Amino acid sequence: MLEIKNLHASINGKEILKGVDLTINDGEIHALMGTNGAGKSTLCKVIVGDPAYEVTDGTIRFNGQDLLSMKTEERANAGIFMSFQHPIEIPGVSMANFLKAAVNAKRQAMGLEPMKASAFLSMMREKRKIVAMDSKLINRSVNEGFSGGERKRNEIFQMAMLEPSFCILDETDSGLDVDALRIVAEGFNKLRKPDTSAIVITHYQRLLDYITPNQVHVLLDGRIVKTGDASLARVIEEKGFDWIKDEI
Amino acid sequence: MANEFVKKVAEEKYKFGFTTDIDTEIIDKGLSEDVIRLISSKKNEPDWLLEFRLKSFNFWKEQTSPSWGHLTLPDIDYQDISYYADPTKKKQGSETKEIDPELMKTFDKLGIPLEERMALSGMAVDAVMDSVSVKTTFKEKLAEKNIIFCSISEAVRNHPDLVRKYLGSVVPYRDNYFAALNSAVFSDGSFVYIPANTRCPMELSTYFRINARNTGQFERTLIVCESNSYVSYLEGCTAPMRDENQLHAAIVEIVVMDNAEVKYSTVQNWYPGDENGKGGVLNLVTKRGRLIGHHSKLSWTQVETGSAITWKYPSCVLEGDDSQAEFYSVAVTNNHQQADTGTKMIHLGKRTKSTIISKGISAGRSENSYRGLVKIGKHADGARNYSSCDSLLLGSKCGAHTFPYMDIQNNTATVEHEATTSKISEDQLLYCRQRGINTEDAVGLIVNGYAKEVLNKLPMEFAVEAQKLLSVSLEGSVG
Repeated sequence: MLEIKNLHASINGKEILKGVDLTINDGEIHALMGTNGAGKSTLCKVIVGDPAYEVTDGTIRFNGQDLLSMKTEERANAGIFMSFQHPIEIPGVSMANFLKAAVNAKRQAMGLEPMKASAFLSMMREKRKIVAMDSKLINRSVNEGFSGGERKRNEIFQMAMLEPSFCILDETDSGLDVDALRIVAEGFNKLRKPDTSAIVITHYQRLLDYITPNQVHVLLDGRIVKTGDASLARVIEEKGFDWIKDEI
Repeated sequence: MANEFVKKVAEEKYKFGFTTDIDTEIIDKGLSEDVIRLISSKKNEPDWLLEFRLKSFNFWKEQTSPSWGHLTLPDIDYQDISYYADPTKKKQGSETKEIDPELMKTFDKLGIPLEERMALSGMAVDAVMDSVSVKTTFKEKLAEKNIIFCSISEAVRNHPDLVRKYLGSVVPYRDNYFAALNSAVFSDGSFVYIPANTRCPMELSTYFRINARNTGQFERTLIVCESNSYVSYLEGCTAPMRDENQLHAAIVEIVVMDNAEVKYSTVQNWYPGDENGKGGVLNLVTKRGRLIGHHSKLSWTQVETGSAITWKYPSCVLEGDDSQAEFYSVAVTNNHQQADTGTKMIHLGKRTKSTIISKGISAGRSENSYRGLVKIGKHADGARNYSSCDSLLLGSKCGAHTFPYMDIQNNTATVEHEATTSKISEDQLLYCRQRGINTEDAVGLIVNGYAKEVLNKLPMEFAVEAQKLLSVSLEGSVG
C-alpha cells in the first residue's frame, strides 16, 4: 500500500528526515515511536503533503502512484487521512458544512454526484455514534470551543465520515482520559476494514493495548533505527530510548 | 488564442460584465446649469426641484474633492461624463408602453425577472438602468396597503408633497462634495413610503445597473417609514466590464418614526476593474438614516465585493429616545481595489443603542479600511455602543486599516471597541486540504465562516448569493 524509500525532507532549510525507508502492506498497522523532535510528525506531514516541508530526496508510492507528485487534497481523496495532533479551529464554519465539503470533494474525485442533504445527515448521525460524539458539537464551528478530548474524538469522527484506506494517527491518545481513549481506540477499530492500514504515533503503550501493531518502529534523528513487533513498545515503555541509542 | 482564454477567465470571474446593445438616449457630456435644466425638463420636474438642483450645483462648484480617505481617488473630469442616459427612450412614432425586450432580457440575465409571475417569491423590484427606472413590480399589490414603492421620478410627479418634505432632510446637499453633486444631477432611484401601522408584506428591492458608456449613475433613494411600521429593503448592483472608470455617486436617505423598523441590505457587486486595476466603478456614496421616532430601529447590512473604489459610510442619527441602530458589514477587496468604508453612529436620544460589526477581507494588492465614528451627544444619557472591527488578510501585499473615532460628551455612556487582524493560517488550509477540499474551496469556506455573523443578517436569497460572491471575488488570491 505505502512504500517509502530513502526519504529526506526539510523545513526552512533544516533537514529533519534523513533517509527513511518504510513499507506498509494492506491491513497492517505500524506504530512509530521516538523522542520529541525525532521526525515522527514530519514524516506524517510529508505523507499528507504539507507544503511547509520540502522533500529533497527519495520516493513515496501509494498503491503504485507517485504520492509526492500529488496535491495535498488529491492524496486525501485517494484515501489518506490524518488525525491531527493539534486539530485547528475554523471559526464560523460548522462541522456539518465542513464535512459536507470534504465528503463531496471525495465523491467528486471518485466521479460521483454530491450527496443528498438527507442522506448526508443520516450518515453523520450514524457515524458520530461510533465515537459517542455529542450531537451539539456537529452544529458548532470546526473545533471551536472543543476540549482537547473532543477534538481528538472529532478527528476519528471525520475519519468515519471519509472512510480512508490509510490512516495516520498523530498522537491521537494525547490529552485523552482513560475512558475517552478507549472510546476513540475502539471507534478506530470498528471503522477499520481488513485492508485498512495505519501509522500510529504514540509515546505510550496504553493506545497500543487497544490497537495492536504489526510492527513497531523507533525513529531517532530522522532515521528508523529499530524495528520490532508489538513487544518492542512495551520494552520502550519500561526502559525509554537510551538503550537503543547505546545500541547504535 | 491566449487572449481569448484570458478574457474568458476574466469574464467568468465577473459574470455580470456583459453589455446590453440598446438604443439609449444619452445627453452630451459635460456639467453646467444648462445640463441640470435639461435633466430637470426631461423629467418634467416642478420648479422647487430644479431650484434644489441648482442650489446644490452652485454649492458643489465651490467645493473640492475630499482627500481624507485612505485611498487614491483618480482625477475625475466631471466635464467628460454624461449625466443622463435613458435606455427606455422609444424610437420616434412608437407609442407602445411595453418594455423593450432587450431590457427584459438584460434583467433576466442578471437574475432579476421583471415579470411578476416569474419574480422571486415575496419580493418587489424596482429595476434601474443608467438614469432611468425601467419597471417597478408589485406596485398595485403594495398600493392596496397604501404602501408607495416607485421610482423617485415617479414619486416627484405623483407624491410631490412627501418628496418635498423629506428630500435632503437626512443628507442635505451641503453635506459633502459627492452629496452636492448627486443633489444637482440625480436621476433615478427608488422611493418607499410605508404608512403608519403597516408591515410591508414583501421585501422591497432596487436593482441598479450601469450600462451606457461614459455615463455616471446618480441614484437617489428615499425611504420613509411611519410609526409602528416595518420594511425590509434590498439593494443590488452590477455594471459591464469597461476599461475606463465609471462614476456612481449615490444618496440614500431613510426616515424612521416611532416604533418603526427599517432593514436595509446591500450586496454591492459593481465591476471592480481588471486584475491590473484598469477600469471599475468608483462607488462614492452617502447613505444615512434618521431615527427620529422613539424606539425606532434601523439596520444597515452590506456586503461589498465590487467597485474599484468604495467610499461610503452608511450612518445613523439616533434622535429618538431608546432608538437602536446596527451596522453589519463585509468588505472584500482583491487585486487593486480600494475600500474606505464604515459607519457613523450619532447618539442624540436617551438610552440609544448601536452595534457595529465590520469584517474586512483583503487580498491581492488591495487596500481595505474601516473608518467609523461613534458620537455620544450631551443629552444621550445611558447611550451604548459596541463596535467590533476585524480584518482578515490573504497574502502579504494587501493592506488592512482601522480608523475608529470616538466623541463622547456624556459620561453615562458605555462605548466598547474591539479590533482584530488575522491571516488565513497555513494550518487551516492544510487541515481543509487534508480532508480533500481544494485550496480555493477552502479559502471560500474559511472566508464565509469569518463573515458569517454578517451574512446571517441578510435575507435568505441574498445570503446565498453573497456567499458565492465572496468565494468568487477571492479566487486565485491564495496558493
